[in-house]
Amino acid sequence: MVTRFKTILMMSVLFSLTALCAYAAGEKMMSVQVKQGQIRSAPSFLGRIMVSLSYGDRVLMLEEKGSWIRVSVPHSGVEGWIHTSALTTKKIVIRAGTKDVSLAASSDELALAGKGFNKQVEQEFKVKNPRIDFTWVDRMEKIVVTPGQIQRFLKEGGLSAGGGDR
Amino acid sequence: MTKSNRREFLNRSGKYILGAGLATAVSAIISGCKTMEAVTKIGTSLAVSQGLIDESQAESISKGASAVARSFQDITPEQEYYIGRTVGAMITAKYRPYDNPQANMFLNVLGQVLAQASELPETFGGYHFLILGSDEINAFAAPGGLIFVTRGMLRCCEHEDAVAAVLAHEIGHVQLKHGLQAIEKSRVTSAVTTLAIEGGKSFDRKNVVELTRTFENSISDITAALINNGYSRAFEREADKAAVKILKNVGYDPNGLVDMLNVMKGRLKPGRLDFARTHPPPAIRIAALRKHIGRYSGVKTSGPRQPRFMAVFQNI
Repeated sequence: MVTRFKTILMMSVLFSLTALCAYAAGEKMMSVQVKQGQIRSAPSFLGRIMVSLSYGDRVLMLEEKGSWIRVSVPHSGVEGWIHTSALTTKKIVIRAGTKDVSLAASSDELALAGKGFNKQVEQEFKVKNPRIDFTWVDRMEKIVVTPGQIQRFLKEGGLSAGGGDR
Repeated sequence: MTKSNRREFLNRSGKYILGAGLATAVSAIISGCKTMEAVTKIGTSLAVSQGLIDESQAESISKGASAVARSFQDITPEQEYYIGRTVGAMITAKYRPYDNPQANMFLNVLGQVLAQASELPETFGGYHFLILGSDEINAFAAPGGLIFVTRGMLRCCEHEDAVAAVLAHEIGHVQLKHGLQAIEKSRVTSAVTTLAIEGGKSFDRKNVVELTRTFENSISDITAALINNGYSRAFEREADKAAVKILKNVGYDPNGLVDMLNVMKGRLKPGRLDFARTHPPPAIRIAALRKHIGRYSGVKTSGPRQPRFMAVFQNI
């Protein structure tokens, strides 16, 4: 009797695990995994930028076309395209609590923002290595290439825009 | 066999069969599910609660699953960005940057065009390019997209398509995460462990020191590969192959890479700490490239790109 109860329990547990996975597979939410992710009017880097999203922002996946994904931005009414490399299926936890850390250590569904190698570690590295100067790296990061510059460069050079889905 | 013994035997074998069944079913689910480790954990703790396996067995199963999953792929784009920044700082500490805003801007526009045509156009902090003042023939890609090219390397380029080829090759290394793969696996495991111990509290001093040590070692692994030892020939072949694809996507002639390699071939001096040390000989790369681009035909320099190339790089 007890064994039979256990069998039923096991079967129901397995059933719910399967259901859990099916639910996870149907999940269409994705997270922006770059500092700034642009939603564009067309599946191309030449597409007009409709809105800029931040690291960890969630979007609803609507459609896939090559390396581009059409998404909708919750609570904004904005729908547009973003390159797959800017997105992850993981949920990015911006301010992680104890539970998130232990979960993230054993799951590939969560990523913790600001954990591991981060600004604090870089700061510590700078203190330990005062001769390593980050000035040029900071200067490099400030170089911005505008969409206009890219379009002119392509046109003048007889080139065409790449962009994953070509 | 007495009655009670038999019952015990049946009970045990029942548990065993049930356990084996559970394990098979769980692993079947796992193969189709992304939450592999989480499910392993749930599965094993259930098995423990049912008395099917004991705590130590459960622990070893969970550990096994964790060990498999811990690799360079677990480094988030954000962490890759911080690794790349420090690798970049190490490179600019060794090679003085070439402070020429016009040439650096040209390189950044060209680089951005190529990065957008790659398979990894978006990185956490984006792609950024910088010329180094050195006469040495060299180029480096730090993880996350900080790319450096020496003046010596640019002087091996006789047209824009050749410069594009050099950058596309470096973008290839970023896209394929070759830098991160140079990090010893034990360091990634150790970083993850420190992170897990740390819990949700703010970093305590000991953990920062620990993580920084792992960070420093990871940086050394990468700079050793970039500056001293080079990547494997397989990685270089992969980066060349990626470069050809990127160049074609935009409309550059991939023979630009062959032209650059041919000029470089005549200028590399064996034994020096540059491309001669860290890359396969140009002739070998050219032979491998043939497979992707077919027979060599010279890059046309009569088109609209040559004047703007000459304006910026003629006197580099």
